[in-house]
Amino acid sequence: MEWTDQGIVLGARSHGESAAIVELLTREHGRHLGYVNGARGKRLAAVVQPGNTVAATWRARTDEQMGTFGLEGVALRSGALMASRLALYGLATMSAHLRHLPERDPHPALYVAAEALVSHLDDPDLAPRLFVAFELALLAELGFGLDLGRCALTGAEDDLAWVSPRSGRAVSRDAGAPWADKLLPLPPFLTARGRTGEGAQDPTPEEIALGIALTSHFLERAVFAPSGAQAPPERLRLVGLAVATAASRSEA
Amino acid sequence: MARGVAGPEIERLIQLLARLPGLGPRSARRASLALLQKREGLLVPLAEAMRVAAERVVVCSTCGNVDTSDPCAVCADPSRDPSILVVVEDVSDLWALERAGALHVRYHVLGGVLSALDGIGPEQLDIAGLIARAQDPAVREVIVALPATVDGQTTAHYLTEALAELPVSVTRLAHGVPVGGELDYLDEGTLSAALKRRTAV
Repeated sequence: MEWTDQGIVLGARSHGESAAIVELLTREHGRHLGYVNGARGKRLAAVVQPGNTVAATWRARTDEQMGTFGLEGVALRSGALMASRLALYGLATMSAHLRHLPERDPHPALYVAAEALVSHLDDPDLAPRLFVAFELALLAELGFGLDLGRCALTGAEDDLAWVSPRSGRAVSRDAGAPWADKLLPLPPFLTARGRTGEGAQDPTPEEIALGIALTSHFLERAVFAPSGAQAPPERLRLVGLAVATAASRSEA
Repeated sequence: MARGVAGPEIERLIQLLARLPGLGPRSARRASLALLQKREGLLVPLAEAMRVAAERVVVCSTCGNVDTSDPCAVCADPSRDPSILVVVEDVSDLWALERAGALHVRYHVLGGVLSALDGIGPEQLDIAGLIARAQDPAVREVIVALPATVDGQTTAHYLTEALAELPVSVTRLAHGVPVGGELDYLDEGTLSAALKRRTAV
């Protein structure tokens, strides 16, 4: 058995003196483990750091085996990520989230969202909104995708302002007004019109916080609670830091 | 399966030596044979040294170093600068920094780094001990000398937050080109860090 794919390093657990079991999120083969000889040696130690994108060749005698990875660096960005607290907490949260996926289950759309996120984790302007987009993509891949394209009550695509906490469907401002206290606010940067329509603007710190609150609600309900898990502690630190960073940059 | 060529006592010696870092079954067999051939000159003194070490070595209750006394020789040395505390992942890092001899200071062994994959959280590390030591008015700087890995630097940022309320400056080791490092073999992150922190020649 053999395949070659591109993947993001999620983690590496030392094995013996110089080898490691490396966990990748691959584009076509999902979250996949593999044994890497010499992973802690001079040539590969910098490559198997979380957040790097690698070209991976997996080999095994049978499909059931863990197999071995041959790895080559494609984008070695972990050194840059290490300098940023926001990036490291984001990376830890992303990896923890991805461990909710079953192994070897391909999720190409989620791979694209994860690649976009790790590529900009050290950018305080982009990282918070990409993080929210990644969590929405994760929910969708796990079968709990939110429908933020049109109003669940009227079918309108404009002025979407709320999300039903039960169905995950968007509701327009006027149609949702009678239930406003029960609905979750939908920040404009998560709607198609808010992202690309006329007058689209960068999200404010408050909108980032609303986006995170939205994904928090559905992650808790659909992912953490059913599996008896808790949100990764790094996520709490990340959320506080992301909102504070966005606020300080908007003031500046 | 190959039949054992030696008695059970020697096989046990080989098996135990093979567990040491840097030794596999073949090199453990060679080491065992060397010990047995130099029985009086090597085997007996080594066994005695190991017996004494097993009896006397303790973990320093102050810094986490291993020594035959508690506090260890490093913590008990009055000539060391009390204003700097260097945080390391484990004892081997403490010994490496002592070999470098760049600073004559005190240390704190964390006992690992945060790792979600290995299930190591803050409660598994001696962070409470570090905070207690950093509260000593004599301490002015805490140098976080943790590995330049994602786990190591995540731990460094965590410690920086944990020490933020104390009147100490928190610094970390520089990242850059190692001695003997050829640029085209270095990762982009290291090169970028080295360029950003370049110094005048």
